[in-house]
Amino acid sequence: MMWARLLVGVGGSGLWLRASRDLRGLLRVGGAACVGRRQASSGEECPVKGHCTEALKKTPLFDFHREQGGKMVGFAGWSMPVQYKDSHIASHMHTREHCSIFDVSHMLQTKVHGKDRVKFMESLVVGDIAELKDNQGTLSLFTTEKGGIIDDLIVTRTDQGYLYVVSNAGCADKDSARMKARLAEFKAAGLDVDMEFLDEALIAVQGPSMAQVLQQGLKEDLSKLTFMNSTLATVFGIPGCRVTRCGYTGEDGVEISVPASRVVELTEKLLSHSEVKLAGLGSRDSLRLEAGLCLYGNDIDETTTPVEGTLVWTIGKRRRQTKDFPGADIIVPQIKAKTARKRVGLVSTGPPVRQHTPILSPDGKVIGEVTSGCPSPCLKKNIAMGYVDSAFAKNGTAIQVEVRKKAVPATVSKMPFVPTNYYSG
Amino acid sequence: MAACGLLRSLSSNFFTVLPLLNRSVTLSPLRLASTPYFGRTITTSSRVTADLKFTDKHEWIRVEDDGNGTIGISKFAQEALGDVVYCGLPEVGTQLAQQDEFGALESVKAASELYSPLTGEVVEVNTLLADNPGLVNKSCYTDGWLMKMTIGNPAELDALMDEAAYDRYIRSIED
Repeated sequence: MMWARLLVGVGGSGLWLRASRDLRGLLRVGGAACVGRRQASSGEECPVKGHCTEALKKTPLFDFHREQGGKMVGFAGWSMPVQYKDSHIASHMHTREHCSIFDVSHMLQTKVHGKDRVKFMESLVVGDIAELKDNQGTLSLFTTEKGGIIDDLIVTRTDQGYLYVVSNAGCADKDSARMKARLAEFKAAGLDVDMEFLDEALIAVQGPSMAQVLQQGLKEDLSKLTFMNSTLATVFGIPGCRVTRCGYTGEDGVEISVPASRVVELTEKLLSHSEVKLAGLGSRDSLRLEAGLCLYGNDIDETTTPVEGTLVWTIGKRRRQTKDFPGADIIVPQIKAKTARKRVGLVSTGPPVRQHTPILSPDGKVIGEVTSGCPSPCLKKNIAMGYVDSAFAKNGTAIQVEVRKKAVPATVSKMPFVPTNYYSG
Repeated sequence: MAACGLLRSLSSNFFTVLPLLNRSVTLSPLRLASTPYFGRTITTSSRVTADLKFTDKHEWIRVEDDGNGTIGISKFAQEALGDVVYCGLPEVGTQLAQQDEFGALESVKAASELYSPLTGEVVEVNTLLADNPGLVNKSCYTDGWLMKMTIGNPAELDALMDEAAYDRYIRSIED
């Protein structure tokens, strides 16, 4: 084993880290070397040569992660835990069978205020935001004038007079710049909108026993909070939290936005339940892939349209008529006309299939490329997402993937690969 | 063999609950190992690892009674790799020169090529790993062996590290 290629495709820019030419590189990315010798008071420096040039940002749980045995890696400019003491597979399965906590404080949380906040949001995203019920949220997309995807995000229409928006850490700079620019335009036109970026921490609590654990800390009846709905709440005695029933694992779960000064306390309270364990970015990635969820930077980016990305459902029915979102003139016609390539799921056995693996037709022609892939801990098969020529996009189509210079059979598969358990009441 | 069963030069950073062992106890790397602690290696002496020679690419080789060599990866390597889910191993009969790539191990998040410690011919491959790749993690020095090969040039063994040298090597790259 000369060098281990650590494949950390967990969000934002979809990093694929090639370790330096001995195992040391892997260690430095994943383990003690990243934090061991620095008791830095301000931003950790990422010691991986040529990896990050700036100091990594820390979430309010940074020290806590290290105390809990977290192996920290640099990710989207943040120092984040990739796993703790349990193995990747153990952590993944624990989430599917019990409950795991993920620190997702690196993601950007935004509040949009003002009478014209819906109009403002709709000027940036593809969804029908006006039709959202109070406290209902939806997955949506920021798009470019050319029809590409700038980021995927969740927009929630709260009953508190603001929209609550959560977007990817790796896109924080471009998203916030875009929103600020649009805000300036709206204000200049005399419209009533305002925006604030939040300092709150954000933790995801995911898994079948989430409800039983969290209910103990809530006055509100969790059985009434269905998938993609949100509420303010006092959680385990901590006021000012927002609980949204959503997540990135396919399991029933919530994301809790909590004052930064109290997130450690909340996490410790949750961990005091035997059902609950901490989980890191490693299992976050294998869980979301099993659930068929895209990773921005890998599976969708500014070169993919929502139609190519098989995300037509995000485009609001009204918006398809009014064509009033960026790139609509390119995207809307694609819905009828179809596109040359499409994002599909695929399944194989044998050597694992990873990002950039070529996809071949049965007679060996290159017809696409894998954008995300990993061995599925639940299915014990290899799962992947990629783009293929549309002729091969139907579920069940036999294709091949080229792994280590050999063509290996694969099958186009529907997603999610593992059934989801979203709570509908 | 020196101080068989005694724990060796543990740095104060290690936490360990390893018992003091004596020769009459059958030693397995699993019983010697505390909970794997990423980036650290428990330095131990055992009858299992004391027979091994190590490469700087974290493979080990054990010369068997029949003169062939059994090859696997070290505890340090399997910890770094994580749960092995796939073993790509060579076909029996493959001729390998020292340092030739002979296969790969993959975990959920990482992949690593395997390099032949010696020159020789592959005579056996661990077929148990097809259905149970986790053996590489659970039992990297015994049941998780990867392949067996002839030893075409025994002098090559002399250039490999013994256990003590390998332990020092690991500590040097961790720093």
